[in-house]
Amino acid sequence: MTGTTVEPSAPSEPLPRTRTDWLPLLLVPALALLALPLVGSGSTWATLTVAGLAMGMMIFLMASGLTLVFGLMDIINFGHGVFISLGAYASLLVLGPLAGWAQSDSVWLNLALLLFCILAAMGVTGTVGAVFERIIVRPVYGSHLKQILVTMGGLIVAEQAIHAIWGASPIPIPLPATLRGALIIGDVVMERYRLVAVGIGLVVFVGMQLLLNRTRIGLLIRAGVENPEMVEALGYRIRRLFVSVFVAGSALAGLGGVMWAFYRQTLTAGMGMEVMVLVFIVIIIGGLGSVGGCFVGSVLVALVANYVGFIEPKLALISNILVMALVLIWRPQGLFPVARR
Amino acid sequence: MAEPLLHLSGVHTHIGPYHILHGVDFAAPAGQLTMLLGRNGAGKTTTLRTIMGLWQASSGTIRFDGNDITKNGTPDIACAGIGYVPESMGIFAGLTVRENIVLAARSGPVDSARLDWMLGLFPALRRFWNLPAGNLSGGQKQMLAIARAIAEPRRLLLIDEPTKGLAPVMVRSMIEAFKALKEAGETILLVEQNFHAASVLGDTVIVMDDGRVVHSGIMSELVADKNLQRRLLGLSLDTHQ
Repeated sequence: MTGTTVEPSAPSEPLPRTRTDWLPLLLVPALALLALPLVGSGSTWATLTVAGLAMGMMIFLMASGLTLVFGLMDIINFGHGVFISLGAYASLLVLGPLAGWAQSDSVWLNLALLLFCILAAMGVTGTVGAVFERIIVRPVYGSHLKQILVTMGGLIVAEQAIHAIWGASPIPIPLPATLRGALIIGDVVMERYRLVAVGIGLVVFVGMQLLLNRTRIGLLIRAGVENPEMVEALGYRIRRLFVSVFVAGSALAGLGGVMWAFYRQTLTAGMGMEVMVLVFIVIIIGGLGSVGGCFVGSVLVALVANYVGFIEPKLALISNILVMALVLIWRPQGLFPVARR
Repeated sequence: MAEPLLHLSGVHTHIGPYHILHGVDFAAPAGQLTMLLGRNGAGKTTTLRTIMGLWQASSGTIRFDGNDITKNGTPDIACAGIGYVPESMGIFAGLTVRENIVLAARSGPVDSARLDWMLGLFPALRRFWNLPAGNLSGGQKQMLAIARAIAEPRRLLLIDEPTKGLAPVMVRSMIEAFKALKEAGETILLVEQNFHAASVLGDTVIVMDDGRVVHSGIMSELVADKNLQRRLLGLSLDTHQ
């Protein structure tokens, strides 16, 4: 950690260790094991599990930025969904000129195309996020009702702007050639794109954990989530941190939007808003402001949706709400509550 | 009396519709421990928060080392060398003791001599170095809050009711720590309700009531004058003990 090598001279007795809260982490394997006998077939269970993990990663990518914005800035940003849509549409900026790469048989060209789409999406949504924060969000710091109203308004305006720029009709975006189809190992079917989504989700999660836990900026973000006033009293400019986190949160939504768009293979201006209910559910389950909680919550919700959809399809629609209710009965502040001011 | 490091002149503070400070005037001399006393609601906490820029003074001037800091933002005031320990302690409960200290040392790692000095003042912190600060007891949290304020050299420490709610043994530890800080030459403005602690520690004293300074002078003179204590604080040191 930069500038954090501080250690006191050897104490006279061993230091007590930090206790890790394993229980929420054990929920995911426990759920998977519980589902195995209910699903019946091992190969079907494995297919459902991989699909659920991929779905969970995509939800995590879309939700992780919002949980930071919510936790640090105490901003209820209903406009977050538009960054998901905008990120997805921004991929068109790359897909047009590089259309040949999508048809190439080279997996590296296909992955490079996906990477460029992600970079374009994060660039566009990060920039729009900075403007959104300055014009729409900053005047309503501290007032939740105004935040809901004004960010909803921003969402509607931005959706209409997407219609104006790219048209109201859904736009198909086919997956790059080598990411289509599935790998079949024994009887287990794993869609290639979902495996890529799991990989990208894990990379982002590990990156965010390293940033939050191993850097001074991460330390500041975690401290700012708890007590922004005290962070200022220590000499740090929390406003700059707020803007940076909002921009990063918007860029992450853009990344999630690209992944979500390729998964759906269709672009619509409302695609971000459609997924916002899930996004809010996972950040509430995880504990507002907790990236780890958001990750576990996303995987949990996606796995439950997959298992329930297979075992009892009629319950699939309410499974997410049910998971949220059960988690909140167990831990009213979410799986990993972040200490609040 | 030493040169004032901090000087408040005619400071008024409004919080929403409420007029809390009514023209506060006082000076805190460099290298001394100045006690800020007064009943609940006298305006002591508001005074500290106004100095830190957490609430803006509506009029008057606050000068620190000759510079007008009245309109400065809180980070600028902190960077000018003022450390602040709020009444709520303001520790980051989800961060470890170590991370709390690391964050307070803006200019880089705390040098080991300073760290050992700090942990010498508050030995309990060493035991909990890598534990979340939220696991500490109330007294240990207060120790961490003060250790954080001195994690790097500050020119002035503003400390708000550090002994509030602490067990007597912890109050004694805290008094010893402040004595050591005084010996190290720190300039401290300390809000305190515990008059015994104040009388032991204070070089100079300011008494506030209803948002105004009603007395300022040498602490030993107030300790010696029972009638003045009763008039200003509603009790004497004898009854307080």
